[in-house]
Formats: sequence, C-alpha cells, structure tokens
Amino acid sequence: MTLDFSVVADAWKSLLFGALGTLFLAFSGMVIAMVVGVTGVVILRMQMRIPSLLVTLFVEIIRNTPFLVQIFFLFFALPLAGVRLNPTVTAILALGLNGGAYAIEIIRGGVESIPKGQTEAGLALGLHKHEVFRLIVLIPALRAIYPSLASQFILLTLTTAICTSISAYELTSVGQRIEAETFRSFEVYFTLTSIYLVISLVTMWLLAALGRWAFSYPQR
Amino acid sequence: MGIQELTYLLQGLLWTLFLTVIGFVGGILFGIVVAVLRVSPSPWLRIPMICWIGVFQGTPLLMQLFVAYFGLPLLGFNFPAWAAVSVALTAHASAFLGEIWRGAIQAVPSGQSEAANALGLPGWSRMVDVVMPQAFKLSLPATVGFLVQLLKGTSLAAIVGFIELTRAGTIVSNQIYKPLLVFGVVGALYCAMCWPLSLWGRRLEQRMAAGAAK
Repeated sequence: MTLDFSVVADAWKSLLFGALGTLFLAFSGMVIAMVVGVTGVVILRMQMRIPSLLVTLFVEIIRNTPFLVQIFFLFFALPLAGVRLNPTVTAILALGLNGGAYAIEIIRGGVESIPKGQTEAGLALGLHKHEVFRLIVLIPALRAIYPSLASQFILLTLTTAICTSISAYELTSVGQRIEAETFRSFEVYFTLTSIYLVISLVTMWLLAALGRWAFSYPQR
Repeated sequence: MGIQELTYLLQGLLWTLFLTVIGFVGGILFGIVVAVLRVSPSPWLRIPMICWIGVFQGTPLLMQLFVAYFGLPLLGFNFPAWAAVSVALTAHASAFLGEIWRGAIQAVPSGQSEAANALGLPGWSRMVDVVMPQAFKLSLPATVGFLVQLLKGTSLAAIVGFIELTRAGTIVSNQIYKPLLVFGVVGALYCAMCWPLSLWGRRLEQRMAAGAAK
C-alpha cells in the first residue's frame, strides 16, 4: 500500500479553519475555566460547609472521570434541562467545566502559598478586604501558578480533539470528514497529529513569552 | 436499566482495566528505558528521547490512538483492535512516565552518585542501587497521578470503536434511551476506580511534603 498525502494537501483550507476552530474551543474553554476556577476558590475561602462540600465534590467528580463521559453527559443532559445549544457551544461548556475543576486545584494551591501574615499586613495598612484579595493574594498567587495554568491550557488544547465525539467544529472533526470522503485514514490522522504538535509547540512558546512579559517582578 | 445492561457495562469495565494494566506495565518497562536514556550524557541518546517525550506530550492521545490504529496495518502488522490500542497506550505511557522519572532521577542530589562513585561502584550499580531507589520514592505521587490519567485515557479507545466501558455505555444508552442514567453509572464506575487512586496519590504527596519540611 502506498501513501498519498495529496488528497490531504488539497483540503488544506478546511484543515486551516479546523485548526482555528480548535484554538477557538481551547481559548473559550480556558476563559470559562478561569471563571469557574476563581469562583470555586472564592467559595472555598468563604469556609461555609455546604458550598465548600459542593465545590470539592465537583472537583473530585471531574478529575476522576474521563472527559469523553463528561461531554456525553452534558450533551444529553442540557436538552433534558430545556437548554438547546449547538455541539460547538456544548463542547466549550464541557471544556470550561473540565478545565475549571483543574483550575480550582491550581489556584487554590497558589492562594494557599501566600502567607497569612501578608493578608493581615494589608488589612492593617487599611486596605479594603477586596483590595487585599486582589492585590496581595490574587496577583502574586497568579504569578506563582502561571506555569501550571499554562500547561493546563496546553492540555485543554489537546483535549479539544475529543469534542469530535459530539461533532463540534474543530480540527479532528474536520479531519474525520476528509477521511470519510477520501478513505486515506492514516494520511489524515498523521497530518492532524503534526498540526496538533505545531499548535502545542507554538502555544507553549507564546505562553512562556507572555509569562516573562506579564509576570516579571517587581510589577510593571 | 436491567441486569443484562449492567453486566454488559461491567464487561466493558473489565476491558478498561485490561487496557490500563497493559498500558501501565508496558509504560513502566519502556518508561525506564526512556528515563535512563533521557539523562544520558550522550546527545545521541538524549535528543531522540527529548523528541519522543515532546511528540507524545504535544499531541492528543486520541490522535496517537488513530495513528497506531491505522498506521500499524500499513507497516504490515495485522493487529486486532485491542493490540493496536495497547501499542499506542504503551508508547504514550512510556513518554509520560519517562519524563516523570527523568525529573525524579535528576532530583536525587548529585552527592549521592558522587559518593557511590567514590566508593568504587560501577556505573550501572550507581544507577540501579543508589539513584533509582531514591528516585522511585520521589516519583511515586506523580506516577500514581499518571495512572489515573491513563485509566481515564483508555476511554478514548471508544472513539476508534473498541468496546470498553465508555463504548459499552454508548451502546447501552442507544438501546434503552436513557443516556443520563447510563452515563451517570459509567461515570460512577470510573470514579470508583480512580478516586481511591487519587486519594492514595494525594496521601503520598502530603507525606512527602511533611518529610521535606522536617
């Protein structure tokens, strides 16, 4: 059997749009994940029993089940709850919830790394409670956890491939359509794998550069 | 959902466990090789391992499964689906475990191997008897964490058509039209396998952090 990459090369335009779809899914998912992550940590820090328990339960369930099962569950659960979303939006939501659970763990670790005396010093200086949280807890904690968040973002980008299972618009589902038309399975998946590798290497490099720029110390 | 459907899911669960064990055992065997070559002073051994790790950490596991599933037959291997999936999972695990153990080997203070050298131990004994036992202990929490990832990762074999727990869930759900119940049960079964491992991993991590603080 001979390899024939020409049919894949002919579809370069669809692949390009698919790759953009993947980046869009990853980016939107990460934005939701950050919102979920910060909200979760704020709830945990309020130290009320029932809400904290719910957040912990959410984190444990998400972290101990496969993303594929989570996305299937959401895909079938939303319509039953009366919410009709297209697959791509459902996928973004699933990515956001999944990434959010990991973000809670990461952000909590960062927040706990800030010594309590620092918060007390801020309060003693007459800063408002919210100012103390933002300036003394959140921003230094973000600086500490930026590398973990960056690698979580790469992981989320790779996870988007699974969204093909509900036919969300992204690189893998585009590839599967090309495969169905051309029957060149290996060529298609080999090309997709290479594109993912390029995406994650470039993203890794960009995130590292961004981290050096945004979190240089002392603050810009 | 009756007994029949539940039995079908449990059969899928056995395949999930089977894939996890194969991937993990294969990953341990090849991962040790990857880790040892990765810390080798020779760039001819080190650089290929850096690439191996980079490729597997930089591409989705789903793509690795697809490439193995469609690529191995092209090379003339006539593998059944489970074997192709196992090859992909083993290669995937070897890269991740190799990287975890690379970190652990390099975290063992260099004074240890220098002391072993001063005592006249040969090179392999320095690695096997002095560095590796300490590195093993250091790497245990991350290794357990990866085992959980791998167990969850086997669910992707469902997309290439292999009937493990998640695929069994899809089939049952199509039969009885109760997707929420079925995927709820499937999720609970995964949780039942992963949660104890996660707790164990966290305990190991805490114990190590307590040891480091002393």
